[in-house]
Amino acid sequence: MRRASDDEKMEWAMGLLLRLGVLLAATVVIAGGMMYLADHHGTQVSYRTFVGHPISVRHPAELTGPTSLAVLDVGILLLVAVPIARVAFALFAFLAERDWLYTAVSALILAVLVWGMLRSG
Amino acid sequence: MHLETFTTLVFIGSFAAGMLGALTGLGGGVVLIPLLTLGFHVDMRYAIGASLVSVIATSSGAAAAYVREGYSNVRIGMFLEVATTLGAVAGAFIAAYAPTRALAIVFGVVLLYSAWLSRSQQEHEVTAKPNPWSEKLRMSGKYPDGHGGWTAYVVDRIAAGWAMMFGAGILSGLLGIGSGAVKVLAMDKIMRIPFKVSTTTSNFMIGVTAAASAGIYLARGYVDPVLVAPVLLGVLLGALLGAKVLARARVPLLRTIFAWVIGALGVEMIVNGWMGRL
Repeated sequence: MRRASDDEKMEWAMGLLLRLGVLLAATVVIAGGMMYLADHHGTQVSYRTFVGHPISVRHPAELTGPTSLAVLDVGILLLVAVPIARVAFALFAFLAERDWLYTAVSALILAVLVWGMLRSG
Repeated sequence: MHLETFTTLVFIGSFAAGMLGALTGLGGGVVLIPLLTLGFHVDMRYAIGASLVSVIATSSGAAAAYVREGYSNVRIGMFLEVATTLGAVAGAFIAAYAPTRALAIVFGVVLLYSAWLSRSQQEHEVTAKPNPWSEKLRMSGKYPDGHGGWTAYVVDRIAAGWAMMFGAGILSGLLGIGSGAVKVLAMDKIMRIPFKVSTTTSNFMIGVTAAASAGIYLARGYVDPVLVAPVLLGVLLGALLGAKVLARARVPLLRTIFAWVIGALGVEMIVNGWMGRL
């Protein structure tokens, strides 16, 4: 049956995409974390009171604060991008399979995700 | 606390939370938020932000392993993700107007409910009761039975499951958790999807659900990178290890242990929220 084998291929590729994406994001976060630890050796930390650390995808220039924090922010943004990329990938995979129903489903999810990212404020 | 000590302890705790979350399919968030708020005195909003980001990592990391094993069902997952992402955006907006005490109490109730569900749940027989919509929406599937063969299943009560998923999305956006308990409930209990397919598909969906509210959390400053780094890496490693163990683990025993842990944490969160200590 055509659908079953196509689905298997798609799921395999999706798994690879997820693994590589998470691996990349984690590597960037490890690098940023190491840089931060080296810079702030022996300082006190407390998260008792909320100050806030806004990260915005709409203003990439704001990411260039202290370097280690900027690297950490980029790692976090990469991670958030992984599931979004997964949905985008599924959209094209379903499109290639001519599965219109699930192409529409994927497009709808993608629209909600993009809206959520940009609506932030 | 010193930065190094804090980071190391948070990493170890997050590792345990991630492993437990993956093993039960309920996600790391349910243990992580009490750990951070009660254990490390982290403000509820930072804890929610860190949890949300780590939930994306857990889901994506573990889902990669499950997808390979053939348990998760991409179509069921994506069909229901429409409901969970819409709910998650709504939940993230509500969270802006809810005081942290209220969030802590709601979170505690969710924990107690998850505990109760895990304890009372029995694995149902896979009934191949025909449902025309299951075929029309191409949701019927099969999964490895563990003896080299495949077990076929169909999906039932799709509309009710979808509505429940919208609720799961709201909770996810409100509390920064994957709300795997509600997702598994919707699939396992309502839609009669086999337990392993439900938990793995739930894990698969959690990342996308969390990503829907992530933008709003990031903009509000809930995601502190210095706190998130050890949480994220700990949870991720724990979840990857948990996913490897899942195929061999005894599900009923795990559920019982997990139910007691999250039940106790639920009471703790409600008490602390009520007293305004969070």
